[in-house]
Amino acid sequence: MNAFVRMSERTPGLAAAARASLPVFFGYVPLGMVFGVLFVQLGYAWWYATLMSIAVFAGAAQFMAVTLLAAGAGVGEIAVTTVVINARHAFYGLSLGPRLPRRGVTRWYPVFALTDETYSLLTSIQAPPGADPARFRVTVAALNQFWWVLGTSLGAWLGSGLGGDVAGLDFALTALFVVLTIEQAMTVRAVRPFVIAAAAAAAGFVFGGRDYMLIVALAFVTAVLLADGSREAA
Amino acid sequence: MSGADGYLLAVIAAMTVATFFTRAAPFLVLGRYMEHPLVRHLGRYLPPAVMLLLVVYAVRDVEPLAPPFGLYHLAAIAVTALCHLRWRNALVSIAAGTAVFMVLTRLAPLG
Repeated sequence: MNAFVRMSERTPGLAAAARASLPVFFGYVPLGMVFGVLFVQLGYAWWYATLMSIAVFAGAAQFMAVTLLAAGAGVGEIAVTTVVINARHAFYGLSLGPRLPRRGVTRWYPVFALTDETYSLLTSIQAPPGADPARFRVTVAALNQFWWVLGTSLGAWLGSGLGGDVAGLDFALTALFVVLTIEQAMTVRAVRPFVIAAAAAAAGFVFGGRDYMLIVALAFVTAVLLADGSREAA
Repeated sequence: MSGADGYLLAVIAAMTVATFFTRAAPFLVLGRYMEHPLVRHLGRYLPPAVMLLLVVYAVRDVEPLAPPFGLYHLAAIAVTALCHLRWRNALVSIAAGTAVFMVLTRLAPLG
């Protein structure tokens, strides 16, 4: 009886979470397949792609890792690059933090699974009436990760058998960032962050060269935004 | 298990720690300062700036002075953006832009 009650309490939350997660399904499965196909070109067993998507769950960093693994980059270099690429997620935590419970899986799993898409869903949708909001967030985040693991596994598994001409397929990552830039522009409704980013990109190329432009540009953007923020506060 | 597999497992472990550390950083480092106005300012304006930077970073190896002068990338990015402004469906925009890029690089009209 108790289990039955618990299950029926969870069902409306599950249905709503699945609805919310559907656009992510359509994004993550094909993109995950692209990652899987590219990953097996490195010559590793397909299930390592599955393992990486379960343990890491960071699209952009995983794509970048394919390039770095191919070049035989050092473990430390890949770890630092991962932090740099995911640095924006630290700022997602800033606005999500106050909404999360103080401890336990319902706090730390959404933090672990905090991709761009998980963040946008968790900050824009509400748990349905009768569903526990903390559990609802875990369900949404877990469904998102499941789509990603499913896509990467399929791509890696099929890719190892197909091995067709996939040159240029990784442009999907560039396209993803174009899409997310537009989404961010629609949310923030300000030009200044993009002007600062353009200047930062130029500074990044001048002072960091191609390989280090991102970390230089991120430092530049953070410094300018901090200066902006303290001027506003003053 | 070969040495290459050991290297890959070390990379996956390092990326797991690095990713979780990055996402948990504000909770671990800032604690009660999460509501500080300066932190909120960064939280609001950093993500859009970073997203544009990632677009630039993704095309950093393009040679603008040699054929095809980065025009395949530019065309594919334009198609992605226009599709997204028109339909706002991430999958459609990404698929269209990637298809345009793959077709252009195969036909190579600019040599």
